[in-house]
Amino acid sequence: MSDTGRPRIGVVTFPGSLDDRDALRAVRFMGGEGVALWHVDHDLRGVDAVILPGGFSYGDYLRCGAIARFAPIMDEVRGFAEAGGAVVGICNGFQILCEAGLLPGALIRNRQLRFVCRWVDVRVETSVSPLSAGLVAGEVLRVPVKHGEGQFVASAADLDRIERDGLVVFRYCSPDGAIGEPHTPNGASNAIAGLCNEPGNVVGLMPHPEHAVDPDVGATGGQPMFASLLSSALAHVSA
Amino acid sequence: MNVRFEVLVQLKPGLLDPQGKAVEGSLPAMGWTNVRGVRVGRHVELTIEADSEEAAQAQVQEMAARLLSNPVIEEFQVLRAEQVGR
Repeated sequence: MSDTGRPRIGVVTFPGSLDDRDALRAVRFMGGEGVALWHVDHDLRGVDAVILPGGFSYGDYLRCGAIARFAPIMDEVRGFAEAGGAVVGICNGFQILCEAGLLPGALIRNRQLRFVCRWVDVRVETSVSPLSAGLVAGEVLRVPVKHGEGQFVASAADLDRIERDGLVVFRYCSPDGAIGEPHTPNGASNAIAGLCNEPGNVVGLMPHPEHAVDPDVGATGGQPMFASLLSSALAHVSA
Repeated sequence: MNVRFEVLVQLKPGLLDPQGKAVEGSLPAMGWTNVRGVRVGRHVELTIEADSEEAAQAQVQEMAARLLSNPVIEEFQVLRAEQVGR
């Protein structure tokens, strides 16, 4: 925690990250202290939570997130996650967490093969994750998506385990919370928009809460997610 | 010695391949109505400087498993190895 009592949230910048600035701004907007982290450093600068932001790390060559996974700072992120620290992967950050094996499954090309950029509604499925700790299952939040490779897939066995263990954090839905193909922008299995690991401290999602905190730019579905993250980060400090 | 390899990476059979589907969907419009089962993959060529063919083989297998493919969704084949230098 910082001297000011605000949770310190680190945001990693990889070459090709795009949403690192927005994530830092969202942290500050919601009352936290944003801490810029650099991909080649072996240092998390004492942060209380880590965000891997959206973008196209290392050009997303080979596969999205495949090269970022081996960035020096990922050793620290892995250690932080294994120690129970809150780690959030947004869009490309989600892809990196899957490639790193910190989350199950993978993100492949959208089923319709087109890049999708629009507002979506997501339904909160569990309050066990740093992004949903303050939320109630069934709550619907409006946030934007913008991705070409956001179709979540996993082996049948993994998908069973994900559902059985309640690892799904957000599902794409209609404005009133109904799940179905038309509301899923990328063909994701079981309409999965975001999920967490078994202990619940690592979470990844394709939508962008960091673009949806300021009412001046549209919906504010990202606010409760960031509020959850800030309180989770504080809890980690005092734990 | 320098040993050249070709590594073929493809989505696992059970997974829907959106690129393959798109290609398959376009072919009938061009008159080829008899094509089934199109899968699109990735082809990687590389040359390894190693002390032996065996060492190069072991290395390419490990590289293919750790970086060139994602074992969650993909499978790979090392297609051909040929000695291109001394």
